[in-house]
This record gives sequence, C-alpha cells and structure tokens, in this order.
Amino acid sequence: MSQGLLDAQNGVAHARAAQSQVSRRAFLKLGAAAGGGLLLGFSFSAGAQGDSAARRSVVGGDGNETPQSGVFEPNAFIQIDRAGKVTLIIPKVEMGQGVYTSIPMLIAEELEVPLDSVTLDHAPPDAKLFTDPLLGGQLTGGSTSIRYAWEPMRQAGATARAALIAAAAQQWQVDPASCHAKSGQVLHDASGRRAAYGELVDAAAKLPAPQNVALKSPKDFTLIGKPTRRLDSPEKVDGSALFGLDVRLPGMVYAAIVNCPVFGGTLVRVDDTHARKIPGVTQIVKIDNGVAVIGAHTWAAKRGAAALVIEWSEGAAANLSMRQIVGDLANAAQQQPGAVARKDGDVQQAFNGAKTRVDAVYEQPFLAHATMEPINCTVHVRADACEIWVGTQVPTRAVDAGVAVTGLKPEQIVLHNYLLGGGFGRRLEVDAITQALKVGKQVSTPVKVFWTREEDIQHDMYRPYYYDRISAGLDANGKPAAWQHRIVGSSIMARFAPPAFKNGVDPDAVEVAVDLPYDLPNQLIEYVRQEPHTVPTAFWRGVGPTRGTFVVESFVDECAAAAKTDPVTYRRNLLGKSPRALGVLDVATRAANWGPPMPKGQGRGVSVMHAFGSFFAMVADVTVTDGEVRVNRVVAAVDCGMVVNPTTIEAQVQGGIVFGITAALYGEITIERGRVTQTNFTDYRILRIDESPVIEVHIVPSTEAPGGIGEPGTAALAPAVTNAIYAATGTRLRKLPVGRQLMNTKTA
Amino acid sequence: MTTLTINGETHTIDAPPDMPLLWVLRDIVGLTGTKFGCGIAQCGACTVHLDGVAVRSCVLPVAALEGRKITTIEAVGATPAGQKVQKAWRVIDVVQCGYCQSGQVMSAAALLAANPNPSDADIDAAMTGNICRCGTYSRIRAAIKQAAKEA
Repeated sequence: MSQGLLDAQNGVAHARAAQSQVSRRAFLKLGAAAGGGLLLGFSFSAGAQGDSAARRSVVGGDGNETPQSGVFEPNAFIQIDRAGKVTLIIPKVEMGQGVYTSIPMLIAEELEVPLDSVTLDHAPPDAKLFTDPLLGGQLTGGSTSIRYAWEPMRQAGATARAALIAAAAQQWQVDPASCHAKSGQVLHDASGRRAAYGELVDAAAKLPAPQNVALKSPKDFTLIGKPTRRLDSPEKVDGSALFGLDVRLPGMVYAAIVNCPVFGGTLVRVDDTHARKIPGVTQIVKIDNGVAVIGAHTWAAKRGAAALVIEWSEGAAANLSMRQIVGDLANAAQQQPGAVARKDGDVQQAFNGAKTRVDAVYEQPFLAHATMEPINCTVHVRADACEIWVGTQVPTRAVDAGVAVTGLKPEQIVLHNYLLGGGFGRRLEVDAITQALKVGKQVSTPVKVFWTREEDIQHDMYRPYYYDRISAGLDANGKPAAWQHRIVGSSIMARFAPPAFKNGVDPDAVEVAVDLPYDLPNQLIEYVRQEPHTVPTAFWRGVGPTRGTFVVESFVDECAAAAKTDPVTYRRNLLGKSPRALGVLDVATRAANWGPPMPKGQGRGVSVMHAFGSFFAMVADVTVTDGEVRVNRVVAAVDCGMVVNPTTIEAQVQGGIVFGITAALYGEITIERGRVTQTNFTDYRILRIDESPVIEVHIVPSTEAPGGIGEPGTAALAPAVTNAIYAATGTRLRKLPVGRQLMNTKTA
Repeated sequence: MTTLTINGETHTIDAPPDMPLLWVLRDIVGLTGTKFGCGIAQCGACTVHLDGVAVRSCVLPVAALEGRKITTIEAVGATPAGQKVQKAWRVIDVVQCGYCQSGQVMSAAALLAANPNPSDADIDAAMTGNICRCGTYSRIRAAIKQAAKEA
C-alpha cells in the first residue's frame, strides 16, 4: 500500500494534500480549550464534533480514565493544561511499530518538553483532522507514518512553542526573540525570568496563532536521531497496557463466533439444545454466515459454541481447492493479455538480439496474519447510539461500518480505539467489526465478540496467492538487455481503494517490479487480475514489495548464475544509476564478509530493495541439513533517510526479518473443499526464539527525507534466504514456503 | 466455589470446575494482563506462575488449583526475578505490539528464579514456548542476559 496506494490515489490524495497544505498554513491556529489550557491543532473545521469521550490516555495516564465530556475538543495534536500537563493526541495507531515514541519525539523536539513527561492519547476517528494525505484517509499502514508526520508534527510543536514564548514575552514586556523555551519553560536569560508552560496557557490561547514558525535545523536536534526508549514499555511489561480484548464494561457479556467454514456459505439452521444447557450460556444469535453464542464469560460462550449443531449451505465454493485456484492463475498467466504497468524500450527486439534467455515461474502462497491478539470487537448497540471498543488501523472505516450496520448517524457512533496486539494489515479490515455490530444489534448489553485462534486463522483475509512469469534476455556481457515480468493474482486495491485500480493495473501488486533500481533498458511489466473465487484477500506486512522482491531478487540471482557472475558483482554492475542502493549493498556485503567460500551445507544469499521510500540490502547465511533450513545470521543495511529513532529502526528491521523468515520457511494457508486447512500455531507455524538468527542492522547515514521502516525488513528477507539456499544446495526454490521442498535435496 | 490465592490475595470464585485459569483471571477476577493467544498451550501468551513455575493458564482447569500459589504479570514485579526482568525489558526496549510480552516476562522471570545465570541453550529451552509475532527474540535474549547481570 505504500507507493502503490500513494500513486494510485493520486486523484484523491493529491487533491487532499494540496488542500491540507493550504489549510494547514491558513488555519494553523490556537484556541482556548474548554476548561482552560492551550489547544493547538490543524483546525480544518472548528465546529468538528471531536469524540472527546472516545479519547483515552494510553501512556502516562490512567488507561481506565473516563474523560469528562465537554472538557476537550480533540481537533488538535497538543494539549497543555494549567498544571503544565502535556497531552499529545497521536494521529496514528500503535501496533508495535513505535509511532507512540517517534511521533511524540517529533512534537517534543520543537515543543521543548521532556519526552518522559508527556501523556499520550489515541486520536479519535476524524478524517478532517487526522487524514494522512499519503493514504487518503485516517489509516495506519504502508509504512507511511513517519513520512506523513515528519513535517506537520514538528510544525505543531514549533507553533505551540512560539505561542508560549509570545505569551511570556508579552507578560514580561520583552522581545519574544530574546526568550527561548526549554524543558517545558519559557526563559528570558537577560532578566533571569522564567515561566512554566502551565502558567502561560491562558495567555497563549488568547493570542493570534504564530505564522511561519521556522523549524529547527537538523544540527540543533536534541531528540530526533538519538536512540530513545519506547514510551509504551512500562505499560507493556507490567500487564497494564490495554488491548481491544482487554475491554471490560459493566453488564458486558461475551460472544463466541462460529463462522461458516466455507467462504461464501450461509447458515441454514442451528440446533442449540445442548448449547443452551451449558451453565452461563444466555443467548444464541444468528447472523447470515455464522452463529454467536452469548455467555456470562468467555468459557461459557466457547463451550456453548462447541455444542452447537449447525447446518450450513456451503454455496458455490464447496469444492474449491488449491488445484483449481493455482490452475486458474497459471491459465491466466498464459492466456489472458496483461495490463501494461510499465513499458520501456523494445522488449521483443531486445529478446531477439539476446545471447542467453532465462525464464522462470514463481509462486507465493496465501498467508494469514496471525496477530498475537486474535480478532475481537466489543460493541454496545442502542436505539440512539452505538459504541465500539476495538484496536483498529482504520478508525473512520470502523465508524462507517457502524453507520452501515446500525443505520445511525456518524455522530451517534463512538469509537474507542485501543492498542493493537499486532496489525500487519489485518486490522485495516472491518469485517469483524461489522460482524460484531450485527451480533450487538441483537444483544441488549455491551457484548465482547471474540474469535478463537482457529476462527482467526480460518477466517482471516489472506495475502493473495500470486503467480509470476518472468524472463530476461542477457547480452554478451550477461546484462539483462530484455526484461519481461507478468504478475498474476488478486487485486486488493480494486476492493480496498477502488479508484486506485486503474487501466487494469493494481499498483500494489506491481509495486517494486515496476520501479527496480537496476539498469533495465528494455522492460515490460504486466498485471493480470485473477481472483481466488470466494477466498477473501487483504494487505499483509510488506504488501506488494514483499511479493515483488521475492520474485525479482530471486530472478536477478538466476541471471547472475546464467552469466556465471557472483551475485553481488552482478548487482553492482546494474546499480550505476542508484547510488543509495549501491551504498546499502556495499555496507551489507562488507559487514557480512561476502566472498570467501562457505563450508559444505552452508550458503550466503543477498537481496537489494528500494521500497517504502527506503533502500535495503540483506545478506542471509543458512545451513541446510537433511532438507531442513536454519537461518544463522542476517545482516541488513538500511538507508531510510533522516533517522527519527535509531532504536525503533533497529527493532523494526529485526522484527521484520523474523516475520519474513516465518513466511519464507513455513508460511502457507491452503484451501481444500472451500475451507482453510490450517487451524492453529500447530500447523500454521511461527518462528520461535531457538530458530531465530543473529541479526545485525547497519543504518547508513542520510540527509534525505525519512522513508518507511515497518515493512521493508520483511519485504527484503525471503530472496536473501532462498538465494542462500541456492548457494548451499544448487537448488533454486521458485515457490514459497521452503517447507519440505528440500527433503530430497543433497547439499552442494 | 473454588478458593484461589492470586497475587497473595484470596479469591472465592464461582466458576465451572473445568474453566481454565486464564478466563477466571481475565473475565472473573478482572486481571487482563494475562493474554489469550491460542487456547492450546502453543504460544505462551497466557503464562502465569503456579508455585513459582511458569505454566500455561489457558489449559489449566481451575478446580486443580485450590491451595496453590498463583502469580500473574500484575504482581510478578514484586518478586526479585520479576523486578529484574521488567527493568531489563524496559532498558533493552524489548516490546513492540506488546501483546505477548506478559507471557514472555513471566517465562523469563521463572527461568531466572530457577537459574540465575542461564546459557543461550537454557534461554532457548525456557522461552521457546512463547511466540512473538513482532519478532522481538534478539532483544528478549539480550534482556534476559541483562537481568541476569543484575543479580
């Protein structure tokens, strides 16, 4: 969703970006917060009804506090009260990627407040205030948060600081330029006077908003670029952090869901005789494609669900299998004309003149997200109002779901957002929120709707199965004179953001493939949409670049092998026009000691990637023993532009690599008889600590604008591993996961 | 009625005897720090201490727990090992989404209480039952070593 949605939403996003830039300058203003204090924000609409009731402190406050309604209007990112308490309203959600540290760093850098003194609130749904122009909505995803926040959050801090300085200067009858701010105070050195922010908020709120406040020069940064510990650690190590599943409300009941096992199937009838006899079971609720058992606690609901006897109408997909899904993809790759995503030069002529031709087909499986916090959503639907408690990447879409199911007006829907126990794209979807609302409409009290792990894995919205045909024509020097790549699979964009799907091209599906850092004078990149019937598809960590990078970086290795050239040398020779890509490749290969031969059974593989506005190179070392692969070490070099928090960057790359290894070695969802075969962590295997490699992350200094960091670690990983397997065994794996494919392979 | 000792306090619980401790803690007692991840003792998110030993509360029927000492994430900071582990977790900046970390902290605290100077192999053996989907394993290992140094 990064560059893809960015480009694809040109119409919408550019219009909004232009509008918001003008609006920010025009309307950046200060206002008095009800109850006293300085409220600063990009006030697009002063009359916007902010859901102050939905705002809840997540760091530095009491997680269970109920904000007094009418006290705050959260059309702002900063609030300072008379006691000097600084509250930051964070427009992105925290799902592990560290934005509840890096965004506060951006604001605090300019606001001049100690980072450890701020309180953080989740931003409520408000598209006017919190839209990310890169994504065209109030979304968290696509590794865009820092790219979005980099300027406006610093501006928010700087403008508030300037207002506080102006207020102090007015009181002291001195030139504002002779004052400065530090650690939550304004100081006038000449007179030795100082005032805490809390003493200045009422005066500051009465002043006109400062205009064109200059941002600090990077050389003056005291926070940005410095290793900074996460602000949400204390709550997350003592059990007090609240995720969606932790919601507890007076009178709340629990609902266990049984979804129709076959995608697209519907409920015919349910015999609940046994379920109703289970102590604690209070109600059985039918929805179109499932049944909910309501109980006094999770256990009663869960036991009740297990006791149901249900008859389903399995529908058209009752016999859907992988054979059919993959057969359709292979057929589409051969038969259907592709939509052109990029065309440079004359590919056919270049193939005709080539010395060597290399052809390959790559396949990548369906994948589940398997967030550690299983899907859940708590709702209370009443005649005139509806409340939703959930951790979501798309708060405004959650409100839209509330409107659609209940028929209430948007202002009657209150969304309480929570920490996300993992997102990875799963919580960009509102399927489960919609389902919870349908259940909630039939229950008189608040109801917590939860999925077991089995429901979570079997009713996810999956990373699509993709099928890529790719060919190169190498010239006498082994360089790819001709390059042709056809990508076949589901279009997530056509469903998720329809305006993004244009001229038959899904910009996410072709991302990376259409913008390689290599010299490719003649290239043709095509996309063919082929949906997997009823299997629902969605974004998954690393989105298009994860799939694209596996194919192209494996295939570049195949070209290097055909040219009998070392894979690193081969890449270097093609990266003349991309100094940042060359830079990370050199750093990674040097750090990994690329070159010397490896012992028998071991291999080293490399990958290079430009995606999410960042440049990545990885070198993976593997050992193959009796067909089993162990990843021993991964060295990553990262050029993500200006660094906000190096600690976060290292953590995201480490975690992204582990996430990528899980997928490369084990990750696979299969469909038989219209339903998912896998059930739980027993057969949807996740990498564990004893299988986890040594990971080294090298940050390459840069003065470019910040790039994304949450996803590239995952996106660049798989080809480094399969290229290392090739080096170790001579076997080229063109299909993921590695799984048991090497069981009959001897090590080289 | 079952009488349980949780974090040093006595609770009289009205729950079916087969109800796993996890749901007693979360839904009845209101201690939500202990997490649900898989329901079949495969991920470790629900780890608590039973008489100081790390156990998976999602498969532990409440009827078997009368008279046993139960410690959860909310109180493990009062134990010497738990305090060291929580501090090391903050210093090393282990957490990401944080959902699995209650279980990780409980497993690590039980390990250090029993083995104050664990080797890499000891860490693997004690922690392999705890899945972290965010992939914080390098930092978990570093934090356990950091906590051991604090002894």
